[in-house]
Amino acid sequence: MKWDWSAVGDFMPHFWDGLLVTLQALVLGSLISFALGLVWALLMRTPSRWVRWPVGVVTEFIRNTPLLVQLFFLFYVLPEWNITFSAMTTGVVAIGLHYSTYTMQVYRAGIEGVPAGQWEAATALNLPMTRTWTAVILPQAIRRVVPALGNYVISMLKDTPLLMAITVLDMLGEARLFSQQNFQFTEPLTVIGVAFILISYPASLLMRALERRLVR
Amino acid sequence: MTSGLWELVLKGIWVTVQLLVFSALLAAAVSFVVGIARTHRLWIVRFLAGFYTEVFRGTSALIMIFWVFFVLPPAFGWQLVPMWAGTLALGLTYGAYGSEIVRGALNSVDPAQREGGIALSFSPWQRLRLILLPQAVPEMIPPFSNLLIELLKGTALVSVMGMGDLAFSGNLVRLALQESAEIYTYILLIYFVIAFLLTRVMRGLEKKLKAGLGRVPEGGGKKLPAPRPETTAVGAEAAGGR
Repeated sequence: MKWDWSAVGDFMPHFWDGLLVTLQALVLGSLISFALGLVWALLMRTPSRWVRWPVGVVTEFIRNTPLLVQLFFLFYVLPEWNITFSAMTTGVVAIGLHYSTYTMQVYRAGIEGVPAGQWEAATALNLPMTRTWTAVILPQAIRRVVPALGNYVISMLKDTPLLMAITVLDMLGEARLFSQQNFQFTEPLTVIGVAFILISYPASLLMRALERRLVR
Repeated sequence: MTSGLWELVLKGIWVTVQLLVFSALLAAAVSFVVGIARTHRLWIVRFLAGFYTEVFRGTSALIMIFWVFFVLPPAFGWQLVPMWAGTLALGLTYGAYGSEIVRGALNSVDPAQREGGIALSFSPWQRLRLILLPQAVPEMIPPFSNLLIELLKGTALVSVMGMGDLAFSGNLVRLALQESAEIYTYILLIYFVIAFLLTRVMRGLEKKLKAGLGRVPEGGGKKLPAPRPETTAVGAEAAGGR
């Protein structure tokens, strides 16, 4: 096995470009999944089963099918319907949508974990519905689920290389381009592999620490 | 869609199923070996197993696949058949996730059971095989079932390497028909059906294993999860909940 440090040096500028794209996709994808997941979770609590049932089926479907195929779906089908996004936007939307079906369950657990007394107190104080949710239930529910959401951000990070399949130049995309141009596969792929571990391991330690602090 | 194209899709399903079975077997083997090693009494064994878990969980499955396909051949001078390369990458990655499940389930067995085994002078291997695993394995089934679905979704990644699995056959059909909505809808539906069947099978397995222990899945027996606070009808109604 031969290891060529000059190839690592040549790859580094591309690596930083790719890292930036990966982090952008991660941040935007997380924001979409946090927001959309909350929407799904709240919709699942509406009294009408005509809302709960379709939302349940759709989210179950999205959760149980591969993100890669969903990416292809959005990337190739939307243009046929005359909706054109850039590859990056498509990727961010797909990741956000996919993970929103996971965060939805996290929110649900958080909401169900709020003690019954809190609901009753809100009723006793005659708080309107919106205020019960925004001032009483959600602040307590979300505080508890922050570490679990963080864990999904880490898994989302590990799914961002899939964006390469729809031509986004994230870390893996840059590595592949570099390898094909220079015929050096070992160095760029190892560099990004190590980079992923270096990002995700401290992040998972952070989430464990948060879990001890926030969840009691 | 013509029948020729459907044949392509069927071949893709077959490759996906094969890959799923092989990598699930490898992942299960890795999970048990590494998960049990993480409860070993020697710290070096625990450390190595933990290191393995963190490395393979820390990196992305797709990067592992690239690594096995592109870095292993020049590094060690042998080239794997795509099926085995995919199996290796997926099995090692998902095995790392599975080892956490095994470790968690082993740790959640009542410590008195272990102590009972020691008191009866069982060897560590007998304790593991006769006391700990029979009680821990049924607890592992629900998380393993989720992991299996994740693995099914992970098998789609090998299509990036040009392996003719279900996702890849979808791409071929798209190129042949110049039309993508229909075929991708079918592909997604097929994945969903496979996932649905897998959950059914795993639920049946859980029922069977728990019956062997005199337990009922989800509740019943002493393994009841802590009851979560229920809202009274008044509060729930005011909140618009159930």
